[in-house]
Amino acid sequence: MAPIADDENDASMSPAGLNPWCLLSGVLAVVIVGLAGLVFGPASIGVWDVLVELADRLPLVDTESGLGDTRTAIVWEIRLPRVVLGLLVGAMLATAGGAYQGVFRNPLADPYLLGVAAGAGFGATVAIASGFGDGIGMLDPVPMFAFVGALVAVVTTYLVGSTRGSQDRIISLVLAGVAVASFFTALQTFVQQRQSETIRQVYFFVLGQLRTAGWDEVKLLAPYTVVCILVILAARRRIDVLSVGDDEAGALGLDVRRVRLVLVIAASLGTAAAVSVSGLIGFVGIIVPHAVRLLFGSSYRVILPLSVLFGGSFLVAADLFARMALEPAEMPIGVITAFLGAPFFVIVLRTSRNSK
Amino acid sequence: MTGIICHGVFVTFGDFKALRGVDLIVPPGGWFAVVGPNGAGKSTLLRAIGGLVAASGRIDLGDHPVAGMPRRELARMVALVTQDPVIPPGMKVVDYVLLGRTAHLGFFESEKRSDFIAVEKALRDLDAMQLVNRAVDSLSGGERQRIVIARALAQESRVLLLDEPTTALDVGYQQEMLELVDRLRAERNLTVLATMHDLTLAGQYADWLVMLNAGEVVVSGCAGEVLTEEVVDRYYGAKVKVISDNSGPIVVPVRRDGT
Repeated sequence: MAPIADDENDASMSPAGLNPWCLLSGVLAVVIVGLAGLVFGPASIGVWDVLVELADRLPLVDTESGLGDTRTAIVWEIRLPRVVLGLLVGAMLATAGGAYQGVFRNPLADPYLLGVAAGAGFGATVAIASGFGDGIGMLDPVPMFAFVGALVAVVTTYLVGSTRGSQDRIISLVLAGVAVASFFTALQTFVQQRQSETIRQVYFFVLGQLRTAGWDEVKLLAPYTVVCILVILAARRRIDVLSVGDDEAGALGLDVRRVRLVLVIAASLGTAAAVSVSGLIGFVGIIVPHAVRLLFGSSYRVILPLSVLFGGSFLVAADLFARMALEPAEMPIGVITAFLGAPFFVIVLRTSRNSK
Repeated sequence: MTGIICHGVFVTFGDFKALRGVDLIVPPGGWFAVVGPNGAGKSTLLRAIGGLVAASGRIDLGDHPVAGMPRRELARMVALVTQDPVIPPGMKVVDYVLLGRTAHLGFFESEKRSDFIAVEKALRDLDAMQLVNRAVDSLSGGERQRIVIARALAQESRVLLLDEPTTALDVGYQQEMLELVDRLRAERNLTVLATMHDLTLAGQYADWLVMLNAGEVVVSGCAGEVLTEEVVDRYYGAKVKVISDNSGPIVVPVRRDGT
């Protein structure tokens, strides 16, 4: 909405909103990091060749990249799915984290607040420990079990935490999340101890990894991510209303419980889907929305759309680092997100304090 | 214009009865002040009328019962300014006042031109247009209170509920604020119900005073009838002197052990 011009000479209104430059910087980040993800790797492939190869797949465009069959396959079947998966997981975790921070009015809220991580960890451990870990036929059971575990944990938290009678619903939900998470972590540890030979596999799940086998994971995750992110983005104005507290938000005409429920469902479902494919990648959901807030403004109308873009590009960058740093070995991406994210966040925190 | 009718309103929190059968009729366009000691149930009465706490008995806004009315519809009829509004850190005045348009927007809708016009009108009515791009948390107490009222005006409801609108203000701003409310009431045909601590100001600005004590209406009437030394002593346990003045009774505390 353009600022309203003014007949007298006082200020014209410029409400919080996404300014085109912020949006452009987010899109640029995605494009640059995405390209880097396609170019860098054990087999060297030039930027130009990648661009030509991508253009070739556009309708009505016919070009020849000069990449052989092997390299074309590396771009299309190995690197691109991994980049897209990183974009989806990063965007989902960052957006869900931002939504949780708004809904619970708690800057420390992350997508795992209501027990998603513990539930997914338990589910994955059960799948691995019961020997399904290597896959039965086509279906990899680990994501399925992790997804179900995550949802069971969140639903339990919500049912336990939102019972009638408690005065402060936010606090009781968060506390229920703590209790449920500890419970599922205890279950996970129990199962893991009984099957100690699986510890290594479970450990990898806990640290997170963007593993792809072609486009299967992307196809699995994309519908959840797209729908959940769209729902959260559509409600971004409502999250700004929640920032004045439940009472005033109610007096302003917001059905607080319904909005909170819709957002918690969208954020938890999306997170559960992301976690089931990628394992427990920490830090993205907390650091990206905060960095966006410090750099571009505190309205959720700004934070959420930019978290989609910067969350995705941050995770792709972290993944690039994870597979390049100790080549040919691969580091768990959760280590990188914290290792890169923490210092970056400190810099943002300090510079934005200085500028105010 | 919309009046307020309360009939036998009870509100209970657990075992505690905050309101015990309150009857109250505020005529359309009237300004009523609710007075009474701390804990008498003043804020609870406002919150019940605003639909924020469950109440038994009957509360009507105009012809519409509050009970069962959807939140959005209710917020288009009644705006509530709480005693201690939450100011989100860093939020600009324009965005804060735009929150008042929530009830006029659908779930997935964003603001239209008419919403910005309502915001601008509210800010102009409060002579606060020059603050529009400032952060609310950087404003002085008096400016901030104007912005909070502006948000309520942007709601474009006919009934305005004010919970202690002058508590945080110095005496100059208190007068200014109450004169502003009086002017807005006339210009926008508002019905005003305000809880007030300052008995003198309540008597000077409101048409009618209602005194609550322990969840019940104990006295109601014009300022001269409610603000007497005997009533204030009985319900506040305070020793005061009431001086009559053309503008209304002036209630002055007197030191208890003084002569």
